[in-house]
Amino acid sequence: MSASHTHDTHAAGHDDHGPMKGWRRWLFATNHKDIGSMYLIFSLAMFLTGGAMAMVIRAELLKPGMQFIDPGFFNSMTTVHALLMVFGAVMPAFTGLANWMIPLQVGAPDMALPRMNNFSFWLLPFAFTLLILTLFVPGGAPAGGWTLYPPLVLQTGDAFPMAVFAVHLMGASSIMGAINVIVTIMNMRAPGMTLLKMPLFVWTWLITAYLLIAVMPVLAGAVTMLLTDHYFGTSFFNAAGGGDPVMFQHIFWFFGHPEVYIMILPAFGVVSEIIPTFSRKPLFGYDAMVYATASIAFLSFIVWAHHMFTTGMPLVGEMFFMLSTMLIAIPTGVKVFNWTATMWKGSLSFETPMLFSLSFLFLFTIGGFSGLMLAMAPVDFQYHDTYFVVAHFHYVLVPGAVFSIMAATYYWLPKWTGNMYNEKLGKLHFWLSTIFVNVLFFPQHFLGLAGMPRRIPDYSTQFADWNFVSSIGGFCFGLTQLLFVYNIISCVRGGVKASDKVWDSASPHGLEWTLSSPPPYHSFEVPPEVK
Amino acid sequence: MAHAHHDHAPAGKYYVPHASHWPIVGSVSLFITMFGATQWLNSGSSTMFWVGIACVLGLFFGWFRDVINESVSGTYNEAVDRSFRMGMMWFIFSEVMFFAAFFGALYYARNIAQPWLSGQGVKFANSVLWQNFSGGWPSNGPARLGGEFEVIPAFSLPAVNTMILLTSGVTITIAHHALKENKRGILKVFLALTFLLGFLFVYLQSTEYAEAYKEMNLKLSTGIYGSTFFMLTGFHGLHVTIGAIMLTVIWLRSMKGHFNPDNHFGFEAVAWYWHFVDVVWLGLFIFVYWL
Repeated sequence: MSASHTHDTHAAGHDDHGPMKGWRRWLFATNHKDIGSMYLIFSLAMFLTGGAMAMVIRAELLKPGMQFIDPGFFNSMTTVHALLMVFGAVMPAFTGLANWMIPLQVGAPDMALPRMNNFSFWLLPFAFTLLILTLFVPGGAPAGGWTLYPPLVLQTGDAFPMAVFAVHLMGASSIMGAINVIVTIMNMRAPGMTLLKMPLFVWTWLITAYLLIAVMPVLAGAVTMLLTDHYFGTSFFNAAGGGDPVMFQHIFWFFGHPEVYIMILPAFGVVSEIIPTFSRKPLFGYDAMVYATASIAFLSFIVWAHHMFTTGMPLVGEMFFMLSTMLIAIPTGVKVFNWTATMWKGSLSFETPMLFSLSFLFLFTIGGFSGLMLAMAPVDFQYHDTYFVVAHFHYVLVPGAVFSIMAATYYWLPKWTGNMYNEKLGKLHFWLSTIFVNVLFFPQHFLGLAGMPRRIPDYSTQFADWNFVSSIGGFCFGLTQLLFVYNIISCVRGGVKASDKVWDSASPHGLEWTLSSPPPYHSFEVPPEVK
Repeated sequence: MAHAHHDHAPAGKYYVPHASHWPIVGSVSLFITMFGATQWLNSGSSTMFWVGIACVLGLFFGWFRDVINESVSGTYNEAVDRSFRMGMMWFIFSEVMFFAAFFGALYYARNIAQPWLSGQGVKFANSVLWQNFSGGWPSNGPARLGGEFEVIPAFSLPAVNTMILLTSGVTITIAHHALKENKRGILKVFLALTFLLGFLFVYLQSTEYAEAYKEMNLKLSTGIYGSTFFMLTGFHGLHVTIGAIMLTVIWLRSMKGHFNPDNHFGFEAVAWYWHFVDVVWLGLFIFVYWL
């Protein structure tokens, strides 16, 4: 049937013959590459906006005493910075990568549900408009931290419902994006691509998408309860009415801990693609990597109360959540071991994506170890709500998740644009980022262990030196990212042409390298056969 | 079959739809709705909210109309049908998790917060804040928010409602079998019965709410019992209403001759959704009304 139609323009079974002209191409987009690009650009914009807020925070903390802003605004900055970075920068970046790469990697013409794909992207600019507008309404933006704990968050002024509805829209967007990813992977793989032949990026996203669908509705429920407690007289989090503010923490972290893995599992996938390429060896222990990812996802549902050791949980609860949390070190250890073993006796080369992946391997592991420290209930009583926690999650999120996004960008940008990026500038970006991210966050471990609390605009003079160092690292790290932006823009606009395989000397593995650079509009018009 | 479709979707190929303006209309509509809801909550003006809702309704009407036309004209092939099925299943799973948050809140309030407030385990709240509070369930908390109240006994109207929803689960299954055997008459009658039972449920539920508010002093603000009771049954009632509207739509489509024994994703999606609200109700009946 299909053979007789190969000369027909309808051979791939689509109604869609190329990009529309002008703004319609973007507003009405159904093409996975266009939507993927919009996700990535949006993510970069939010990364820079959230980053600017981080600069405000570090400027205020440069010296003890109050410098530039009042404490309420400082708290708004920490809250909105976190919400922007989690929901606006990291998650959309991975969704953008998924949009671009999953159809290319499974041999599909597009995502399974292209219109829903458009819907899930275009909800985001509106959600974040709503969130950023909270900065300008009476009472200011939410200032109780991104975790939105009651009763503190219930003191927010007019911004409160805006923040809640923004979270609802982000959640709807994430759920639709995740459904699309699962359906694409389960229904649109090329003939012969069995589950255990899928690239690891596809595997990690499949599991991430499952986590998203399981927990984003729970977050929606939690913020809905906040809304009704604030405006409609319910008592979910009000002990006088028989509720409990601690209950919010349970519901929030039932979402929150899987959310942490939502932000890191696709990063594992990216690194698992890049390290084998530049080691010129297949990934060590592919099956083990898949099972480790699944194990991490399973465990993520039974560890949430390690964020709440100081709330007065019964001892049995503390023990359970301490031990279940420590179990995560096992599958994570499998991964770190396998990445290292992949490089063992490999023929390594150090292009920018590989450098970022190696940095990921070292620095994410530091973040993992500080996580293990925090998992110990007795010592967590000392670390809780200190800068140690801030240092920990920034180590897993910045040189972890964000570095993997940068690695993925350098790795696949030539495939997307057909042009090579500037390798020298990429390496400079890498070295400056890696140095300054450590100057920025490593001292925060010392501050936290010495007892400096998080989310405060002023501090005791004993913390002055390391805060100064951290702020300088922050400013330099922020400025360094302008190199990244410049490199991307100049690569999109032109440059040395990239070959189909891009990394010819490494002969990368995977279906995306069998297509031209840039790939055709409907990636695979004819499903490729996978042996 | 496949031959009739070859212009659009050759067998074994995936049909990629043309671009559509509906998703961006959806994003704008939801933004107007959310922004309007914010205004309503903050300053009391609901105009923008209702404008947003009207846009959302227009969106549903337009988007579904286009998709139904595409489906009826035979654009979608088997692979697309499978995508739709998987998409609907995962959407229902997300809904299950949304209800799970509220069931979880009910569990926590009853089995953890109440005992703590009554002095079990950590004694602090009971010995310092609310001395001699003895807890129990139903409860509106140590401050007795909302005053004395009664609860709706399980084996009165809720039991009737349970029978109604269970019966509607049977009628939609009969309708489905009739569709598969191409018995259009039975299909139409039993689909009509199903949505009538759905709307009957919603009506009875609203009389129950009226009685709770007027006669029993059971309100949304009646402490944790009122919160969990009305939020759980309220979100469920909203889903039944949406489900009954969906049933009405597929009934109208059946009347127009849509669906055939092999190809009726729209019907099945609604049926799955209906079974989902049915199962949630069983959970409500057991955990909210009965136990």
